[in-house]
Amino acid sequence: MMSEFLTGREKQIVRSGTTSEAILCAKPSLAGSVSQRACVFCGSRVVLYPISDALHLIHGPIGCAVYTWDIRGALSSGPELHRNSFSTDLQEKDVVFGGEKKLYASLIELIDRYKPKAAFVYSTCLVGVIGDDLEAVCKKVGLEKSIPVIPVQAPGFNGTKKDGYKVACEALATLVGTSDREIPKFSINILGDFNIAGELWLLLDYYRRMGIHVNATITGDGRVDAIRNAHKASLNVVQCSGSMMYLAKLMQEKYGVPFMRVSYFGLEDMSEALYGVAKFFKDKDLMIKASEIVKEEFLRIMPVIKEYKEKLQGKKAAIYVGGSFKAISLIKALRLIGVQTVVVGSQTGTSEDYELIQQLCDEGTIIVDDSNPIELSTFVKEKKADIFIGGVKERPIAYKLGLGFCDHNHERKEALAGYEGMLNFAKEIYATAMSPVWQFTR
Amino acid sequence: MLLRHTTDKIIEREALTINPAKTCQPVGAMYAALGIHGCLPHSHGSQGCCSYHRSALTRHYKEPVMAATSSFTEGTSVFGGQANLLQAIETIFTVYNPDVIAVHTTCLSETIGDDVNQICQKARTEGYVPEGKFVIHCNTPSYVGSHVTGYANMVTSMVKHFATVSTTPKNQINLVAGWCEPSDMREMKRISTQMGIKTVMFPDTSDVLDTPLTGKHEFYPSGGVTIPELVSTGDSKFTLALGSYSSEDAATLLETKCKVKFSVLDLPIGLQATDKYVMALSRASKMPVPDSITADRGRLVDMIADMHQYLYNKRVALFGDPDTLVPLTEFLLSMDMKPVYIVSGTPGKKFETAMTNLLLKKVPEAKFKNGQRADMFLLHQWIKQEPVDLLIGNSYGKYIARDENIPLVRVGFPILDRIGHSHFPIVGYQGGMGLIIKILNAILDKEDRECAEEKVELTM
Repeated sequence: MMSEFLTGREKQIVRSGTTSEAILCAKPSLAGSVSQRACVFCGSRVVLYPISDALHLIHGPIGCAVYTWDIRGALSSGPELHRNSFSTDLQEKDVVFGGEKKLYASLIELIDRYKPKAAFVYSTCLVGVIGDDLEAVCKKVGLEKSIPVIPVQAPGFNGTKKDGYKVACEALATLVGTSDREIPKFSINILGDFNIAGELWLLLDYYRRMGIHVNATITGDGRVDAIRNAHKASLNVVQCSGSMMYLAKLMQEKYGVPFMRVSYFGLEDMSEALYGVAKFFKDKDLMIKASEIVKEEFLRIMPVIKEYKEKLQGKKAAIYVGGSFKAISLIKALRLIGVQTVVVGSQTGTSEDYELIQQLCDEGTIIVDDSNPIELSTFVKEKKADIFIGGVKERPIAYKLGLGFCDHNHERKEALAGYEGMLNFAKEIYATAMSPVWQFTR
Repeated sequence: MLLRHTTDKIIEREALTINPAKTCQPVGAMYAALGIHGCLPHSHGSQGCCSYHRSALTRHYKEPVMAATSSFTEGTSVFGGQANLLQAIETIFTVYNPDVIAVHTTCLSETIGDDVNQICQKARTEGYVPEGKFVIHCNTPSYVGSHVTGYANMVTSMVKHFATVSTTPKNQINLVAGWCEPSDMREMKRISTQMGIKTVMFPDTSDVLDTPLTGKHEFYPSGGVTIPELVSTGDSKFTLALGSYSSEDAATLLETKCKVKFSVLDLPIGLQATDKYVMALSRASKMPVPDSITADRGRLVDMIADMHQYLYNKRVALFGDPDTLVPLTEFLLSMDMKPVYIVSGTPGKKFETAMTNLLLKKVPEAKFKNGQRADMFLLHQWIKQEPVDLLIGNSYGKYIARDENIPLVRVGFPILDRIGHSHFPIVGYQGGMGLIIKILNAILDKEDRECAEEKVELTM
């Protein structure tokens, strides 16, 4: 028999309403666990990769470049440079003699060939231990080629995926403030949306209808020039708290740009985001337009949502996602369509978010940090979940258990943000929960 | 154009790899280890590696893939990974209870100098490994070779740890499966069974990565070669190593260690390679080839004859792993097609020799390259210089296929956007028929879609 829980993980699992203790999180995974987590490099790479007119060169063995090659459906309205995979493909002799020469040569070859607006150069575990001076090479090439060449110091072992987000933010921070173009009033930056399945474009439409100018999108459909000018915006609107808060805080300190945390998932949170932005600018007209949009979208969407709700009433969901902030929105969005959340977990959640989740969920809901397949299987069976919401590694497990599944991560194929996204979400949950295939498994 | 930056002008590259046609060693080791029954692969390195490899295999197979990690931290990279690996072994046996832990290394643990052999030995002598359980390992530095090398290293390690000579020889043949799909492994076994031969195949991922949906998640599915079977390979009569890159080392070691003679064949992809497989099985076992197999062969030949007018002279570009590409090229030639461009990121002279032998006379204009900078970018540049009618390779071919409007037949690893590879084989006579059907459908569907209206043919 396999023992169900890893000893030492008890404090990373709580049941809502049964304890006053806070959940333990931000803890390295136990060696030997089948963790669903990734590494620092992964964190930095997924955040920066959507900047589509920049070059992204992976300095390391081939695998790090292959596994992050176009894995996230981050759409671009223009350049597609980011969808290529560039690597120094380090070999044994480079490990012995150092890879700096190869890195230099690769960068020159790349910049000459593609004429990018900027280059991000990622270090990896291997580079972290052989001690290549990434910074010096980047500086040299930057001067020679007159573009920003930015080192992204992301050896995989240097923490968790979340630490990689911070590394990415530091890299972005070197770009911000290096341009000085005037922009219209009521300008915001969108931080933490990666334009997966075109979600960003939905948001841009809402803001445009409100009369808000979107200055830089970081990093979904991102462009180097816009990021360089990002400090000119009046407000940073930050989604996906894990990945972009660090940059928002940096920009507040350095340029005095305030920030606001929002979520675009679910009708409530989406509307709150629009109202929040309008309120920030203290402009009556903006507020009127925001309420018009909300009203219009609600009128369009609610009747459909109501239909889904009637059919889905009583279904139960388990959530296991990358960050805990997203889980909060998901719980609310599921409730809107009649689905109760019975298990919630994330790879890299924060204690504040987990506390909010405890308050938000019904009594007995299992809340878990950095889980593994055995735990997750046990929990969904115990709580009789019908649907699982997670990422690539969870999907086949859910199916094997006879559960419906919705990818709320890199592999979502439909936009799930915004009002339109809520409809897509409801449709996806309905399609998977009600699929006739599950009746053949019982 | 997704690859709008690719030009037909070839610029010599000294250092840079663009859109690789390979990945690193550990994923191969992980895949091979999954072909042992009750085995939990273990990645000795940072968390990301394990996560990436599991994701890659999950995307390719649409199956749960279980593997553990030593979860290196900054401290581990300074002080070494011994404590992590020992703790991991203890955790894994307590929590996940596998029969075997198959440890592979990573660039990180290799570079900081962890001696996994010594650490695993320590784990055994200090009681971390329960009675009747095993820890095996292999070294898979990511900066050497490719994913194929990692696969070969793990397969060799199976021989190293388990194969034993006893006093009673066994009337069985070892089949060392080169890297192929669960469906291919199943088909190669089916053929040997059809001939009435007892075989031990290792690794064997059938019934591991193609499992039925039952409403239960089997952490250790029913398939995979068992430990007693692996032990017994030392007593077998003969070994067939299928695919020199991924299986020859294991067969060689088995001969050195247990005196089991072997021959190295290609993976039985296509008519001639399958002929060689069937004949080798027959020779090694002294069993005749049954009529049913001869009939399968006849049907494959019949199919080629029926459709050869549509296959003749079609220019094909291929990419992937040498053990697949070599017999595949031979198969294309036997159908009178023209494999003109071939790349593999996996290094090694054997590829060049094999391709030269196959292509020098028949397609003298063919270009092929393997190893560093033999990547998809180079392949694309060749295609831009003179186009092809067909592209065969993994899912990464879809960018080129779309930009150049070339039909793509998906063969290889990884296939992230279609299914079927884990269920329907490309090896054997039947697998060969499956492959022709795919190739023809791809070519003829394009023809039907794009030919002038008056030229649309009902009968083909």
